[in-house]
This record gives sequence, C-alpha cells and structure tokens, in this order.
Amino acid sequence: MKLLYSATIMKIILDSNKIDKIITDLAKSIVSAMPKQVELAVIGIRSRGEILGQRLGAKLSEILEKDVPCGTLDITLYRDDINDPQGQGQPQVRSTEIGFNIDDKIIILADDVLHTGRSTRAAMDALIDLGRPQAIKLAVLIDRLGREFPIQADFVGHKVDVPTDESVQVNFVESDGEDQVIVE
Amino acid sequence: MAMQKKNQFVWKRKHLLGLRNLRPEEIEHILDTAAGFEQISTRSIKKAPTLRGKVVVNLFFEDSTRTRISFALAANRLSADVIDFTKKSSSVSKGETLLDTAKNLEAMGIDTVVIRHSAGGVPKFLSKNISSSVVNAGDGFDEHPTQALLDVYTIRQMRGSLKGLKIAIVGDIAHSRVARSDIWAMTKLGAEVTLVGPPTLMPAAVKQLPVRVSYSLDDIIEELDVINMLRIQFERLGSNPFPSVKEYSHYFGLTVERMKRAKDDIIVMHPGPINRGLEIESEVADGKNSVILQQVKNGLAVRMAVLFLVNQGAAMRQKVKAKSQKRKA
Repeated sequence: MKLLYSATIMKIILDSNKIDKIITDLAKSIVSAMPKQVELAVIGIRSRGEILGQRLGAKLSEILEKDVPCGTLDITLYRDDINDPQGQGQPQVRSTEIGFNIDDKIIILADDVLHTGRSTRAAMDALIDLGRPQAIKLAVLIDRLGREFPIQADFVGHKVDVPTDESVQVNFVESDGEDQVIVE
Repeated sequence: MAMQKKNQFVWKRKHLLGLRNLRPEEIEHILDTAAGFEQISTRSIKKAPTLRGKVVVNLFFEDSTRTRISFALAANRLSADVIDFTKKSSSVSKGETLLDTAKNLEAMGIDTVVIRHSAGGVPKFLSKNISSSVVNAGDGFDEHPTQALLDVYTIRQMRGSLKGLKIAIVGDIAHSRVARSDIWAMTKLGAEVTLVGPPTLMPAAVKQLPVRVSYSLDDIIEELDVINMLRIQFERLGSNPFPSVKEYSHYFGLTVERMKRAKDDIIVMHPGPINRGLEIESEVADGKNSVILQQVKNGLAVRMAVLFLVNQGAAMRQKVKAKSQKRKA
C-alpha cells in the first residue's frame, strides 16, 4: 500500500534478541552503579519509554530480589513545542501513572531514544513537580547523536549516528507487534 | 510499521462553541485528554507550565459560581494568566457594545475568551470577529458545552462507555442550554436520551431532536441508567409553566420514594445549583447514587482539557497558515 515510499531504505539495526540482551545489560550496569541500600524506582516516558521502563523494572526486581516500583510519565504538558508544533503529528495528553512517592528515591528515567534531549528536559520538569527525588538517572535504549540540549544519558544501550532526515524507530511487542529497532 | 502515528487523531479546532457540530471522535478526544489532566489536581504542586504566557479572559455577562471559578482554576493550573470580567464592574454598564468590549480585550493580546451570555449565538459571533480562541461557557438557551462534557466524562468514568445507556434529562428542558448540549454529547456517544417534564417546559422544536419525550417520570424511572435533574430556572420562567412548586415536585421531583423504584446503581446527576426539595430531595442529592460533586470535580479536568485543546488547535492553524504564506512567497 505504500508503493510511493518503497524507495525509502529501511534497515533493522536491532532484533528482539539483541534488544533483550541490551535491556539485561542496562539493568546489570544500573545495579552495579548504585549503592546497595538505595531505594530505586523506574519511571518510563510515554509511550515506548513506558515499555522499556517496565522491562527494566522487571529485570531490576529480579536481580535485586525485591520489588522495584515502576511508573509512567506523560510529558505532553511540559513540552516546549505546544505553541510551535513540530513534525506531522500532534502530542496528545495522557495520564501520568506513578503509584508511589518519588521523594528521596533514585529515579531511573527510561526512554527509548535519546536524540535532541528535549523530551528529557520536559521529563525532568514534570518529575520535580511530583516531588523531590534523591537523584534522577537517565537510561535509554538508543543514544542517537544530535543533541540540542546539554543532556547526556547515564546508561546507554546502543549508540547510533544517523543523518537528521532519517528516523530511528523503536518497536516493542506491546505496542507494535514485534521487538525491533529500525532506521528509515 | 509507523502506522500508529499516521492514524493519530489531530485536534484542529481553535474554538469550542458547542457540541452540536462536533464529531463523536472529537468528543472522545476531549474526554481522553481530560483524563490526563485529572492527576494535576491530586498532587502537591497543582500546576503545569503548559499555557505559560497565555492570557485567558473570563467574560461573564451572566452570574455564575461553578463555571467561572472552574474555568479560572483550570487556567491557573495550566499557568495561564486569568482576567476576570463581570458585567457589573465593567464599561458594559456604560453602554459599550459586546463587540467593542471584545475588540478592546483582543487589542490587549488575549489568547482565549471564555464567554457566558444570555443571548444564544454570541460565542459564534465573537469567534468570527476576533482573533482569539473562543470557548462557550453558556449562551442563552443554546449550549453549555463544558457542562455536557463533564456530564459524559462522569458517566464514562462510572460505566466505561455511554453506548446503550438509557438516560433521562428531567425538568425545565425549554430553558436549559445544559439539556441541549447534553443531548448532543450523550447521543453522539451512543446513549438513548429521554426528555422528561411537563409539556409547558418542553422546547417547541423537540421533534427535531434525536430524543424521546415522556411527560411522566414514573413511566420510565425503572429503566434508567442515568438521571440528570435540571434546575427549575425561576429567573427565566416568564409565564406559569406549572400550577405550583409542590405540584411540580410531586410529578417530576426525584424523591426518596421514587428512587426506590429506580435501578440500584442508577447515576443521579445535577448541573447545580440545586433547589433542594424542589427538583431533587436532599437525601437523594447527598445519597449514594449521587455524583453531583464528582461532576464539579471532573469539570476542572474537562475545562483544563478544553483550554489546552483550543490553544493547541490555534497553534496548528497558525502553523498551516505560516506554511501556505511561505509557499506563496
């Protein structure tokens, strides 16, 4: 049905096995970087970051042998492009679902792709309106070059450098039917 | 693969004038958006920076408690600057026309005008004459869209969906803009609406509305999932539509006795302000089936959503306009 666009080259850069291994490694490096007694919680940025967050939370709970609370953050109200919409779509407000107090916890902020850094900025502002965590650490599946803000991730799954006119799309079973990372 | 993005709904409206012309998916979109705003009111910092630098003016030519405060609070929670205008303390009392008042406000850089007026059609008139977004907070006997939105939001919250629900709107339909907006919202979302009241309080053109009409509450009370009791608007009643208040209560009031015949889980609604003991008995208004205060609470989330969306819609239009100007140049 999309014959017109068939000239676009689509490249799968990560498959489901690789993605799973990366998330496991992310969880391991988070655990080894954190002091033992610390209270950890994972908060994913809607929508793909939410799924990454849940998977990361499950792995962390497994390794630490205790329940690591997970939540979902909707950053739409904190975006910087409400008055100047970017791209084709329109951001939609959905609910933030964090069923625990974030005060004094170390929050692992999870997102699928770190690119310009603007989402992370919005997420940090949204988080501190909810409380005062001891620290916020950023964990991303893909670190794509092209930062516009002075923001870097603490835990990176996979680094890519693609031209600005190409997009990096992370697909998850839960939202897209299969696990893969595509550049197109 | 990126299918999801392409099917995404895009809100394009700059004004909210009524619900009559909205598509069901637009109404659903407002409700979905409102759900995202609920959480702001429950946390310690009850504010988001979304409409920072925007100015909202509450232009109320008629009295209001709930709606005016709700809109002001909604705008405040989104960090907009709010200006409250009431007829009594303004130049309107010196004879300034509506359009002049609005043009002056526009000249001061108002982004959104929330207007209530005793004449139907005023919000639409304004939207055609000024560049700000216009939100209808009640116009004459025409519409009161945000009240109906919070009504359907509350029902959806309780039941998940309005599809197939039997809803009665009871009382002074003729003078009720809430009833009109409710009819559009509820039927568009799939509910069956029956208007109940004395023939003297039915609108003249009731046959043109997508509703059933009943002149007896007792005939239908047993089958209802939701009952919305309207206020008898004494300030608008010209003639004597019913012999006495007591007689009205007897036939159309929601009494404890009548509630015994209703479904156990019937949802009892009222847009406020309540005439206790007239259209609804106090025990029912404060009873377990009543969602009257929940409606007020939800009104805040719904109005935040509406203020957000009309600003988002205005920004989308601005973008399209800028693009087409670029193309011409």
